[in-house]
Amino acid sequence: MGWALIRGWTVLVYLFMFLPIAVVVLLSFNASQFGSFPMTGLSLRWFAELAGNEAILRAFRTSIVLGLLTAVISTTIGVLASLALVRYRVPGRNMISTLLIAPILVPEVVLAVALLLFLNALAVNKSFALLLAGHVIFTLPFVILVVQARLVGIRRDVEEAAMSLGASPVQTFFQITLPLLSPAVLAGMLFAFTISFDDITGTLFWKPGGVETVPTQIFAMLRNSISPEINALGTVMIVLTAGLPLLGIAIARRMAMKRGG
Amino acid sequence: MSLEEREARQPVLLLTPAITAVALLLVVPLGFILVYSFWLRTATGADQAGFFLDNWREALFDPFYRDILLNTLKIAAVTTIVCALTGYPAAYFIARSRGNKALLLLLLMLPFWISYIIRTMSWINILGASGAVNSGLMALGLISEPLPMLYNEATVVLGLVHFLLPFMVLNVFVSLDGIDATLEDAACSLGATRWRSFLEVTLPLSLPGLAAGGLLCFVLAAGTYITPIVLGGPSDAMFANLVFEAIITQLDWPMGSALSLMLLAVLGALVLLYNHFLGMAQLMKGLS
Repeated sequence: MGWALIRGWTVLVYLFMFLPIAVVVLLSFNASQFGSFPMTGLSLRWFAELAGNEAILRAFRTSIVLGLLTAVISTTIGVLASLALVRYRVPGRNMISTLLIAPILVPEVVLAVALLLFLNALAVNKSFALLLAGHVIFTLPFVILVVQARLVGIRRDVEEAAMSLGASPVQTFFQITLPLLSPAVLAGMLFAFTISFDDITGTLFWKPGGVETVPTQIFAMLRNSISPEINALGTVMIVLTAGLPLLGIAIARRMAMKRGG
Repeated sequence: MSLEEREARQPVLLLTPAITAVALLLVVPLGFILVYSFWLRTATGADQAGFFLDNWREALFDPFYRDILLNTLKIAAVTTIVCALTGYPAAYFIARSRGNKALLLLLLMLPFWISYIIRTMSWINILGASGAVNSGLMALGLISEPLPMLYNEATVVLGLVHFLLPFMVLNVFVSLDGIDATLEDAACSLGATRWRSFLEVTLPLSLPGLAAGGLLCFVLAAGTYITPIVLGGPSDAMFANLVFEAIITQLDWPMGSALSLMLLAVLGALVLLYNHFLGMAQLMKGLS
């Protein structure tokens, strides 16, 4: 009896989490000219409008370039730091860990203000560079946490074996360490990209006038008038930021199964 | 260079870029806005350097700021409590279910990958004038005019709960999953009822996860300004909205600095308190 109650409650919690999102996806295929209820039929017209909307396409390009650059920079810095923290006895390890996690312990608004004002004093105005710096510092802790968790499982003796068999440190890194690291690197990059692609809190502070990312574009569209294209844009975002990782997991699982069988 | 020396230098080299980035892009900027908060914005729009207490006096003692700060903390507290009450049973179910645990966990991770702004605005489709609820009720003939349900404090809390619930469920799940399920059976076999064995064995052991989830929910809720803009009314501004207004709209950067630091001090005190009693390890478990 008690268990059935908990099960029912859990179903409700999942419905609460996903129903509103399902409605966004449903309405994006709505044929009605207002893009809201009642639905009059299914159509792809809002996606077609999206594809023809220059402002939205520009926002997509900005978000994708920003996300990719953030992912590459943040993961490079993060993987190096994680290697040091996982594999060496570093003095003051706890303090360093806390410092590197600090950007997510500080409320994002405060981080955004501090970075904006400080870089402005250094004559770096609101620009793509400021956006990139902000996204890198904000994603770095997440990358370090995810990569550290994956690194723990990689043993050092494999590298030592390669070295003792005559491989140079550079050879060892590229032929042994990097291939072993690649799942951690990929996970870090995926994480950083997704967080960057979704960010709005800091982005609204850092973005130059006239430049929009996809989330700030949605935000602007919400404030002006509820445009029916918004649900279609939301659906594309969901497919990109949730669909891609799911696909990644599915591929990883299939590969693991092949290797296992 | 000897092998030992290389060994000792390597971690320093590896850590330098990350530490430099955090120092230059976070620590120094925070110090900078501390100095900036004592400057003054003059009527001409230029900032006057110096040591003025005006911004701080206003931020700390003006009832306008105080009321909004208190209201922000209240909204964050209500959000956290709702998340805990709603999320705990779900986390318990996932931790104890046998069949499709992996699927349930995957579904739990999914909202983290769906944009915050989309999850927030999705409620307009549900509760708005032409949203699902209103058009459903009108189609049934129960109402003739759409009910105004959006743009109040309740919808701000609703939006925040929707955004933060996965953080709570995940953290509670992590700590419940680490508890040996047979402990509860043992308590029962010694004569405790199911409910009592839960209250005296499982619940206390899961408190660290509940606390970690609670801290995340509270801090993230108290620092938001997007949800009140999208789902709140004109009088539902939270403290971060004041920061945004001061920095972006009024361009009063010294005042914005003082307000940011005030928010940081309040929420930072909570994080330090948490760290003092429970340590950061539990929090990191839930995040990675």
